[in-house]
Amino acid sequence: MLHALQDSYGYVPQEAVPVLADELNLGRAEIHGVISFYHDFRKAPAGRHVLKICRAEACQSMGGNALAEATLRKLGIGWHDTTSNGTVTVEPVYCLGLCACAPAAMLDDRVAGRVDEARMDKLLNEAGA
Amino acid sequence: MKIYVPMDSAAKALGADEVADAVRREAASRGIDAQIIRNGTRGMVWLEPLVEIDQGQGRIGYGPVTPEDVPALLDGKLESLGPVDEIPWYARQTRLTFARCGVIDPLDLDDYRAHGGLAGLRRACGMSQAEIIKETTDSGLRGRGGAGFPTGIKWKTVMEASAEQKYIVCNADEGDSGTFADRMIMEGDPFTLIEGMAIAGLGVGATRGYVYLRSEYPDAIRVMNDAVRIARQEGVLGPDVLGSGKAFDMEIRMGAGAYVCGEETSLLNSLEGRRGVVRAKPPLPALEGFLGRPTVVNNVISLATIPVIFEKGAAYYSGLGIGRSRGTATLQIAGNIKYGGLFETAFGVTLGEVVNEIGGGTASGRPVKAVQVGGPLGAYMPVSKFDTPMGYEEFDQNGGLIGHAGLVVFDDTADMLQMARFALEFCAVESCGKCTPCRLGAVRGVETVDRIAGGDPAAVDLLTDLCETMKDGSLCALGGLTPMPVMSALTQFPDDFACHKEAAE
Ligand SMILES: Cc1cc2nc3c(=O)[nH]c(=O)nc-3n(C[C@H](O)[C@H](O)[C@H](O)COP(=O)(O)O)c2cc1C
Ligand code: SF4
Repeated sequence: MLHALQDSYGYVPQEAVPVLADELNLGRAEIHGVISFYHDFRKAPAGRHVLKICRAEACQSMGGNALAEATLRKLGIGWHDTTSNGTVTVEPVYCLGLCACAPAAMLDDRVAGRVDEARMDKLLNEAGA
Repeated sequence: MKIYVPMDSAAKALGADEVADAVRREAASRGIDAQIIRNGTRGMVWLEPLVEIDQGQGRIGYGPVTPEDVPALLDGKLESLGPVDEIPWYARQTRLTFARCGVIDPLDLDDYRAHGGLAGLRRACGMSQAEIIKETTDSGLRGRGGAGFPTGIKWKTVMEASAEQKYIVCNADEGDSGTFADRMIMEGDPFTLIEGMAIAGLGVGATRGYVYLRSEYPDAIRVMNDAVRIARQEGVLGPDVLGSGKAFDMEIRMGAGAYVCGEETSLLNSLEGRRGVVRAKPPLPALEGFLGRPTVVNNVISLATIPVIFEKGAAYYSGLGIGRSRGTATLQIAGNIKYGGLFETAFGVTLGEVVNEIGGGTASGRPVKAVQVGGPLGAYMPVSKFDTPMGYEEFDQNGGLIGHAGLVVFDDTADMLQMARFALEFCAVESCGKCTPCRLGAVRGVETVDRIAGGDPAAVDLLTDLCETMKDGSLCALGGLTPMPVMSALTQFPDDFACHKEAAE
């Protein structure tokens, strides 16, 4: 249900909490507890595209940290932030299962492996950042 | 002519979709009558996108192929890798669980049948519950999700529990870094997981199954949903499994990005729509699992290995391996490695063989420094332990664990102090919050590592004590095993912890 909300709104709106609580006959605190437990659910809308950069060990072994830092610096934002023109939100992800072709990233539902700065620039360009 | 272009996400991440488009376009413009099949991956990730062409005389491989290579490929001017089955990296494996992965069209049930699929389920349909359990126990199969618990014993507990409804839950949360076997099999041979779950259902008397699949795997979710629909249409799932009169059906549920939800009781809470907090055991999930009913929770690879055990027999499977580690390990070779990918072989191969001979050393060409085996909770193994054979007990004796059999290789530029810090930071972020040593200890641990980095020699003992407390005072392996990567980094690579001290002095 939360996945469906996030899919249609891009986030789980605060206003949905009492509605869900009513529907499911649960307390608001309980619903809130569920939403906040999971990394996937956002409380605020994201940019038009979501770029996830893998931070797991395998990607670190191939320079994933430097790549992530360079990307954030280029965009002038931090983790979970959205660029000022609203196009891209950057989120960390723990393992995309692409560890044999690290470092990895995912732009919306599209995966990318062996990402270097040039490849990342291309991805960002496509997203319009 | 048949042309295979993988649709596995690792292949896609390396451009397989663009290659497939180019093949389609160029074939059309040349008037070549080609059937394009989107197969899974053969596991040779360093060759992806690996295109295979079959002109009636076996499958010839080309890779890595870029879209720009495609004209030459179709004109027969691209240098080939020869028959794919004969590529040494592939040929030296013992492919059982992954026998069909990369070979067949993942969603073609006829193709699946033609390659031995459903033979195991058909055999199980003619067996009693007790016989199914015995076959599983005799195979020596142990859980591939991490703990290595004998699958047959778990099933027996569920079979013997009496309840109106029992469940099979497949753990497809695969959160460990350096692991991708679950994803590969779900994308490349989804019916084998479905078949394994159906056999489990018949064995323990469960009529419903769920796959808890992590949201980070959108491609796997798509393939599995399609496969379940097809299996239902074809009578593999439903009220009358393969005409046996027995029922089994299943569905796919999506996770929401929490590492701890891979722990089985946390997973069950999440599956019920709650916070993924770890439950205290007992009660065992086998007795009071999903919705309080007896439940088998097994990893994807455990369940996907069941069909081949029933097809070839328990004795065949248990004939492979060493000691109490029977059958094959589905090794995932990753990180800074030249030839990375999925390599299935009998237990017993040594860590050094895997990293150096099979993996070809680091991708950077620099010396190997450490290999983290078994995910974020696994130990960092130094080169001096490279003669450790792949086996549950053998790794345990050497201060490590096999876990889900993922290996992440690091070269000599890795800073083990930073890796220890990361392990603790990870534990702090992902902790479900139930135990104080895990929730707070990890935060304290990060601070302590920073003190070591700052040159405080007393902090080393503090970190050691803290790890002891976490190990003893945590309910599940997240808090309980985080000390493993931390302590292995500290004890095996003391220089990385000492040099900071000297630098500060
Ligand atoms: C923090 C934590 C994370 C885990 N993650 C996974 C996972 O991603 N996949 C998995 O199959 N098992 C995972 N496990 C192990 C499960 O709790 C459980 O042992 C396993 O699903 C049982 O299946 P098996 O016997 O087939 O291995 C995890 C355990 C812990 C403590
Ligand atoms: S060890 Fe950590 S993750 Fe596991 S139950 Fe305790 S608090 Fe939760």
